[in-house]
Amino acid sequence: MTDRPVSPRHRWRQPSVLPGFRLAFGASVGWLTLIVLIPLSALFLKAAGLGWQGFAEVGFSHRALAAYRLTFGTALAAAVVNGVFGLLVAWVLVRYSFPGKRVIGAVVDLPFALPTAVAGIALTALCTPDGWVGRVMTPLGVKVAFTPLGITLALVFIGLPFVVRQVEPVLSDLGQDVEEAAATLGAGRLLTFVRVILPAILPALLTGFALAFARGVGEYGSVIFIAGNMPGVTEIAPLLIVTELEQYNVPAATAIAVVMMGVSFLVLLAINALQAFSRRRAA
Amino acid sequence: MSGALVVRGARRGLLARAGATSESGPTKVLLIGVALVFLALFLALPLAVVFMEAFKGGLAVWRAAVSSDDARAAIRLTLLVAAISVPLNMLFGLAASWAIAKFSFKGKSLLITLIDLPFSVSPVVSGLIFVLLFGMQGWLGPWLRDHDVKIIFAVPGIILATVFITFPFVARELIPLMEAQGRDDEEAAVSLGASGWQTFWHVTLPNVRWGLLYGVLLCNARAMGEFGAVSVVSGHIRGETNTMPLHVEILYNEYDFVGAFAVASLLAGLALVTLVAKTALEWRFNLHAGGRH
Repeated sequence: MTDRPVSPRHRWRQPSVLPGFRLAFGASVGWLTLIVLIPLSALFLKAAGLGWQGFAEVGFSHRALAAYRLTFGTALAAAVVNGVFGLLVAWVLVRYSFPGKRVIGAVVDLPFALPTAVAGIALTALCTPDGWVGRVMTPLGVKVAFTPLGITLALVFIGLPFVVRQVEPVLSDLGQDVEEAAATLGAGRLLTFVRVILPAILPALLTGFALAFARGVGEYGSVIFIAGNMPGVTEIAPLLIVTELEQYNVPAATAIAVVMMGVSFLVLLAINALQAFSRRRAA
Repeated sequence: MSGALVVRGARRGLLARAGATSESGPTKVLLIGVALVFLALFLALPLAVVFMEAFKGGLAVWRAAVSSDDARAAIRLTLLVAAISVPLNMLFGLAASWAIAKFSFKGKSLLITLIDLPFSVSPVVSGLIFVLLFGMQGWLGPWLRDHDVKIIFAVPGIILATVFITFPFVARELIPLMEAQGRDDEEAAVSLGASGWQTFWHVTLPNVRWGLLYGVLLCNARAMGEFGAVSVVSGHIRGETNTMPLHVEILYNEYDFVGAFAVASLLAGLALVTLVAKTALEWRFNLHAGGRH
């Protein structure tokens, strides 16, 4: 295998002295096809079988539209909050030193490690009227649990690490020389941040924002406990899929899932475009 | 004495110069303060409340809750699911990263994108696709029923959904690591007469072992903690198809809050152990902290 002449059939890969390509490539593509590609294509074939009319009827019903509005709205709001506070956390972690900084840097990943159901019941326990947060908010007339605000809070928790982890490396790679140049030219810190630092970290910030948004759109476990799950008011799209499935309404579940996948796909495209853009600019 | 003064003077000079590219003291304190308050509210408080609620009734109540028959069955099932799905994805990750990082071929970036696909699918949709394939109204449903094979609302469905959800974890840690290490070591081993397996075992695997452990750690945490996808395919049969996160949900919905938080505290403990081990690996071996899980 090592020094066999490369037949035209194999020209799609460059010859190598290392063995094992066929086995490794075949096994991974085969496994990928079995576990990911075939099941995912089942979703789209099923949806195609509904026909456009049938698809629109269940995929864009009043209840589904309300669920999309809530899901995308709360995911967007949470991604904005994470964009602001994630940037702040990344900034503080990269630029300043303070006691406990390394521990805090590690704890930022907690939402990745904590099972979503655990996060869900913990946030709910905090936000119900007799919880630690609820007791403070209720006298102020702010209801958190079982409202869209509660859903947004859960999504802020889930999405927090995305922005921090995207912005952190870019911020720490940023050379001091540009900031020194800005200072030499008389720019204040705020002006330097807005005109020099922000443009440099913007692609990473937007990527983190998009990732947090995409994660929020699909999130289920941490949301369903705090949401209250009232159809049309606090019912998120993933929950609607589960509800339809429990009522054996497979076409509706499929159609809603396809709409959500479509949005995720658009977000993924946006992320890739952003990364290509920032690579081009860096080069 | 004068040496110390010079050093101090030089340091003061450095500080003064740094002042132009740093914030004033009060601004700095304010920014750190706001960031810490935000993190305390969103990270520390939820974690604290899990343990507070779990041990509200004392250690004996906690112990009773986590050692009930249903809880034990849930723990066993969670361990079983992880014990099957993590090694499968580890083997896949090794094969995929070997093919992608050590060879040049067309369509490589498409393959990487496809491997990442499960990250951008909602957990609920990840469960749904297996219902569409194997459920009663699914394509293989009637055939499976006739042959008395249960996948949906049974353990195989839970394992399938978990493998799907955790699919990219090991591969996406190993691919960049192996790419960075290049193929010089392997080419040297092969030119010295080592076989492919020998090269893999004695050269490649030792080179990536910490990255592999890192990926397995994250994969395992997700496999044990997965809720949405597993919830769709499990059927929530107590003692049979209830994993730990599902058991937490059932107890919570039955207003058994102490029981729910007791089982949740085990999962939170797992999350903390994972975080500590992950951080230790990052510090010790300078592994990257990935942002897309």
